[in-house]
Amino acid sequence: MKHLYLALTVIIFISGCSSSVSPVDDGLEKGIFHIGNGAEPQGLDPHIVTGVPEHHILISLCEGLTTSNPMGGENLPGVAESWDVSEDGTIYTFYLQKNGKWSNGDPLTADDLVWSWKRILTASLGSQYPDMLYYVKGAYEYHSGLTNDFKDVGIEALDDYTFRVHLKNPTPFFLGLLSHYSTWPVHKDTVLKHGDIDDRNGQWTRPGNFVCNGAFQLKSWELNSKIVVTKSPTYWDADTVKLNEIHYHVTTNIMTEDRMFRSGQIHTTYTLPSNKCTAYIADKNPALKIDPYMGTYFYRLNTKDPILKDPLVRRALAFSINREQLVDKVTKCGQLPAYSFTPPGAAGYEPNTEISFDPEYAKSLLKEAGYESTEDFPKLEILFNTNEDHRKIALAIQQMWQQNLGIDVQLVNQDWKVYLAREMIGDYQVSRAGWIGDYEDPNTFLDLLRPNRGNNKTGWENAEYDSLVEQANTLQDQDLRYELLSKAENILINEMPIIPLYTYVRAYQLSPDVKGFYPNYLDHHHPKYIYLERD
Amino acid sequence: MAVPVILAVATMTFFLVKLAPGGPFDSEKAVSPQVLKNLNEVYNLDASQWEQYTDYMSGLLQGDFGPSFKYPGRSVTEMIGIGLPITFELALYAILIAVIIGVLAGVLAALKRNTLLDFIPMAIAMIGICVPTFLMGPLLVLIFGIQLEWLPVSGWGQLAGDKILPSVTLGFAYAAYIARLSRGGMLEVLNQDFIRTARAKGLTEIMVVTKHAMQGGLIPVVSFLGPAVAGLLAGSFVVETIFQIPGLGRFYVEAALNRDYTMILGTTIFFSAMIVFFNLLSDLAALWLNPRSRDV
Repeated sequence: MKHLYLALTVIIFISGCSSSVSPVDDGLEKGIFHIGNGAEPQGLDPHIVTGVPEHHILISLCEGLTTSNPMGGENLPGVAESWDVSEDGTIYTFYLQKNGKWSNGDPLTADDLVWSWKRILTASLGSQYPDMLYYVKGAYEYHSGLTNDFKDVGIEALDDYTFRVHLKNPTPFFLGLLSHYSTWPVHKDTVLKHGDIDDRNGQWTRPGNFVCNGAFQLKSWELNSKIVVTKSPTYWDADTVKLNEIHYHVTTNIMTEDRMFRSGQIHTTYTLPSNKCTAYIADKNPALKIDPYMGTYFYRLNTKDPILKDPLVRRALAFSINREQLVDKVTKCGQLPAYSFTPPGAAGYEPNTEISFDPEYAKSLLKEAGYESTEDFPKLEILFNTNEDHRKIALAIQQMWQQNLGIDVQLVNQDWKVYLAREMIGDYQVSRAGWIGDYEDPNTFLDLLRPNRGNNKTGWENAEYDSLVEQANTLQDQDLRYELLSKAENILINEMPIIPLYTYVRAYQLSPDVKGFYPNYLDHHHPKYIYLERD
Repeated sequence: MAVPVILAVATMTFFLVKLAPGGPFDSEKAVSPQVLKNLNEVYNLDASQWEQYTDYMSGLLQGDFGPSFKYPGRSVTEMIGIGLPITFELALYAILIAVIIGVLAGVLAALKRNTLLDFIPMAIAMIGICVPTFLMGPLLVLIFGIQLEWLPVSGWGQLAGDKILPSVTLGFAYAAYIARLSRGGMLEVLNQDFIRTARAKGLTEIMVVTKHAMQGGLIPVVSFLGPAVAGLLAGSFVVETIFQIPGLGRFYVEAALNRDYTMILGTTIFFSAMIVFFNLLSDLAALWLNPRSRDV
């Protein structure tokens, strides 16, 4: 019996019993910001990883030529303290920070940028975002092996602190691309010390090895638990940085994350369980934040499908959806009904498309398409990946189509990878989808539906649409450009290869202690502006 | 027997994972055919199935589980090495809690048969068996973590006391089984002649129970412990997810969802080896405890 008690006591003591100060209170005192950061990051190599959790961490560790503005809008200086653009808008000359340094103290020079961009465009590295640089002369050709001479790529180091880029066309959103982590520089010597230029499995991103140029340095990385970064003394703008440390906690389970926030373990959450959102809105929970987010939830329609190849049918489906009802009664977390593919207000772009809820018009479209009676209409299938929120939306749409058009709809849910594979090979009729902008410009949406784009997946091709988007990107005059993009958007909505449903919001919880955490459309929060203070 | 079993598991898993639709590099933002080709080349996925299989098996025989597809720069061996001690620790605490509570409750119930001391622990055991860990975990968190603020709601070894709730949650379900098993085992033994003889010799009740009755009465518990430990290791996924514990169970399930082929293979092979090992161990322990089976 004695032994049993002893064992029990040991367990309790192993677990430890000491202070009861919560991490949030402790963080306030020590300047430690605790973030719920979603899934375990794939890695910390900006040229290899993709994903939002990775972005949150990399934004503190590394920096690109420009940084995104915490308040949204024009990009701010990063590695480049200033830049000028040639009159025709195709040559960008960047003047780098003279005191720009890597975390090991090495100066950051224009050669570092040239080498880093060469790495991104090295096909054997398998970077998933090389297209971010395809706007640069010769970049696509080098990446796809059409030329093997990197000198053909339009980038050059004029001197240690001047970096020049030659673009194919004036690309008004080019500066925006530079604040995306996939274009950021990496430290050549460190990367090469742990592998070749195209080594995906190099160990340079491990604590102790990691060298980059951000406001924070990598301190520790506990797999599937947390990553700790600490303020970097070598950062060019170190005086602005107020936090001492950031702890990025892996929070795969959103219910657990919610409990972590409620018990004071984290200052902010990655997301919010959708069923909690309504409760928190009703309770007027002061920690609840619902910020605009540049993303669209939509349904893809397979235009190669015998039924859906007819634009009239596609329009009928779109016009029989009550979007207001969808956001008020189903999603219920501040989402906005979407009447265009590009979320309104992206860098001042306001689409003028409309998709009203008009069941009578929708019915007449079906009739025009040759379906005299709804009984003639074959069964439709909505494909979605297994997720309670997607299921609820699909159920609502199923009911709306059934009620307003008399169409029989079947819901098919699949495991994430099966869903992706089916979408990719066009083995679906209607499929749920979402798209989040990579940079603040309508191009990040409208480019998606151009022919031969891997993410089109609808089989839809329209030469006029393609040429309008293409042409818009050769223009410098923003008004004229938006006019062309707006025309393209109208073609898109008229043809309806996708049905926009709602514009995303970013719903999360934020401790009132956190200051300098401003809402912005891209949800980029540079930690150098964030600080902790209790009112 | 163990080696062929594990080899068969490895072979079957290898071909089964390849049959599942979708690949490790599929993502919402589709990768271009050019990038996909490069990635397949890097990970040798462009080779024939047979070539991939022989490559994998020859690596396996040298103890190399290959690189993770999902986490570039991490090897499967490294990830198992990180997750395993944590899952092991969790399983150890859980089994300790399960054995202590389960055996105590079971023995007590058997000794005080048909009294409140029998009914109450057995009723609680029944609840323990019926309430799944995904309900028990959040319930305990709600009471002890959020309402009473006594214990942290998640983590492992980061905050004081954060190991208690997950260990109790995982241990409780097994405690319930053990309580019922030990009650049954004890009841059977307590009615036997050698116990009567022991009592007749004038031994104290404690001596009768601990020296004589428990040795035979707990054989079912010991037989249960082997598969239970293996089950705890492989099945700790739910508790690891609820409490955000960086153990092996989570790698296992997430690898399957991510189609991280090498990680699925590595963890499956590892878990099957564990199951084989712990079953063997519990057979040996039962053999040692039961004099009758020793003679056979």
